[in-house]
Amino acid sequence: MTTATSAPVEHPEVMDLLRFATIGSVDDGKSTLIGRLLVDTRQLFDDQIDAVAQASRDRGVGDLDLSFVTDGLRAEREQGITIDVAYRYAATPKRKFVIADCPGHVQYTANMATGASTADLALVVVDATSGLKEQTRRHLCIASLLGVRQLIVCANKMDEGNWRFPLYERVVAQMTALAEMLEIESLTVIPISALHGDNVVERSNAAPYYEGPTVLEALESAPAGGWAGVHGEAAEEATRLPVQWVLRQPGGGRTYAGMVDGAPIRVGEEIIVLPSGLTSTVTEVRTPSGLAPAAAVGLSVSVALADDLDVARGDMIVGRANPPRVTNDIEATICWFGTAPLTQGSRLRVKHTTRSTPGIVTAISSLLDVNDLTLAGASELVANEIGVVQLTTADPLVVDAYGSNRITGSFVLIDPVTNITVAAGMVGIPTLLHRS
Amino acid sequence: MTASDAAVPVERIDHLDLLESHAIFIIREVAAECERPVLLFSGGKDSAVLLHLALKAFAPGKLPFPVMHVDTGHNFPEVIDYRDALIETLGERLIVASVQEAIDKGRVADPGPFGMRNRLQTTALLDAINEHRFDAAFGGARRDEDKARAKERVLSFRDAFGQWDPRKQRPELWQLYQGKVSPGEHLRGFPLSDWTELDIWQYIGREHIELPTIYFSHQREIIERDGMLLALSEWVQPRDGEQIETRTVRFRTVGDATCTGSVESFASTIEDIIAETATSTISERGATRADDKFSETAMEDRKREGYF
Repeated sequence: MTTATSAPVEHPEVMDLLRFATIGSVDDGKSTLIGRLLVDTRQLFDDQIDAVAQASRDRGVGDLDLSFVTDGLRAEREQGITIDVAYRYAATPKRKFVIADCPGHVQYTANMATGASTADLALVVVDATSGLKEQTRRHLCIASLLGVRQLIVCANKMDEGNWRFPLYERVVAQMTALAEMLEIESLTVIPISALHGDNVVERSNAAPYYEGPTVLEALESAPAGGWAGVHGEAAEEATRLPVQWVLRQPGGGRTYAGMVDGAPIRVGEEIIVLPSGLTSTVTEVRTPSGLAPAAAVGLSVSVALADDLDVARGDMIVGRANPPRVTNDIEATICWFGTAPLTQGSRLRVKHTTRSTPGIVTAISSLLDVNDLTLAGASELVANEIGVVQLTTADPLVVDAYGSNRITGSFVLIDPVTNITVAAGMVGIPTLLHRS
Repeated sequence: MTASDAAVPVERIDHLDLLESHAIFIIREVAAECERPVLLFSGGKDSAVLLHLALKAFAPGKLPFPVMHVDTGHNFPEVIDYRDALIETLGERLIVASVQEAIDKGRVADPGPFGMRNRLQTTALLDAINEHRFDAAFGGARRDEDKARAKERVLSFRDAFGQWDPRKQRPELWQLYQGKVSPGEHLRGFPLSDWTELDIWQYIGREHIELPTIYFSHQREIIERDGMLLALSEWVQPRDGEQIETRTVRFRTVGDATCTGSVESFASTIEDIIAETATSTISERGATRADDKFSETAMEDRKREGYF
């Protein structure tokens, strides 16, 4: 049984690399699934498998505890949990994968968000014998706020429930309801046993009622490359080049370095430099491979302009169509990670694209209830809570709504004393949230 | 002309283009956010790729930071020749942080003429970071190398003692790499985090990056010890019962000569090496690094102390 709706905007030029994050509650079998996926697609070397087998025997957890493949830290193996994101890499003849295996515990929400912020897709693991857990719901909400629109859900441990159809059916029903609330565009639910490998890479006969793809097949056919580019049709042809560095040319003159976002940048393109509002034309585009007539989204480039303008790091070169907003006052949805609560008047450093500037939280507008996605009034946010705040910044920021661009619509808040990143911020309020 | 009526086609980009551009983005970001970065260069293939990317990031200008080699004193001569020739051609600044000097000054105990010096690099590295007041050090580490590295952020915070605390990593969202540190603390920046060994070789092939000759198949006198094929040298001499044999080998990694093993191989071109890498059944560090074989968490323990 598979449900799928229309796929998000495709970026065929980057289809051969898919980034995905795992989501699931403690003990539902996330790390085991990733271990299984890596072993069955032969991504692991013999000595790595030997080391996992040795560690498993040393700790008396059987011959080969697949979760040890990704739970590499000493504390993780001792406690049998995942503390921080493990990045793993896999390649099949069809494409390459960057896998962020994320922790399930609530106190590691910041680490989970780190993994999900760059994901094209979430691979969700649900223990089918007990159904969807609170923690999984919570992390799915965060992933969805971060812009993840595709879910592959593994109804895991089906072997423990004798592959009974109602167990699978329950996960499908729970996930379908949640996916609708989270505005998920593509949902696939697969009955699996990560422990034994059924329907992960090898198709299983144990669930005759299921005719959809295996986990690997679903991963190989999912649209990719959307996370860093344009989301939604409104932002088409919205070139964004946050300036990272000004390069002085040997013969005089300057070029501006940064990564192309939103839409390709082309020689001859008329641009605006923000926040100054000065205009010019692109006369040269240099990609890592040399001079080019145009550069695709995701390439690090340097560009020359027809006019001698004052352009510095933190400025943004943008196309004339669909320009972003220039503002000192931002309404944003933030996920707070700080140990002390965030309150009105908190002073923090804001890092948005390539600009860092002091900021003040002028109001805490609301707190999100992750169970029904409603926003209610609040006076503070404590660790791992999500809410809407009003921010005022010293320097103007050049922003898009997060819903239309994940790069120019995102920022982090930094504690000015400890230099620790204490919040992930998204410009605007996602459409899936509503006020109570 | 505006973007919407542009007829210029955008060239198709592949995964190597994406990895390359992401690495360049990280290098530029750290160079802009930190005051005194340095690029760590061992002469190995990963640091050769790292240096190549750094040069691209600031082309046609010079690097806005120096290059530093942490020299164990137990080097393959081919690697030192390669390093010196390359740096001279480029005209970049090279700093050598010497483990021998650290031993001579009594900063670390001398493990003896045949002892491993890999771990001693940590002291030499942290001393040099202190001396030059570096606040960021680029390294060529990849997450696919080891299970502890798989857990590390692209920008990895190190406290005043150079320690990595895996339980206190900064959240690192989107491409917002933030490089603020207090005096005495520093960052390690790993632009190659998402690259695999195969990506590195494919990129070296595509970009025609020059490497030390020991990466390619050659005849060498070796000693087989603990399953590793160590090169005969003034620091590696046969022990009782060990034979000196001549075999056709190459190196998959380059490190301290006392603990870096070779593999038997006839791969003499980049294409051969790519084919060999794609079908290898043993990991790069498993095949060649004795220093990772001490315990289950050898790399994590060394990283906690301030290792690369």
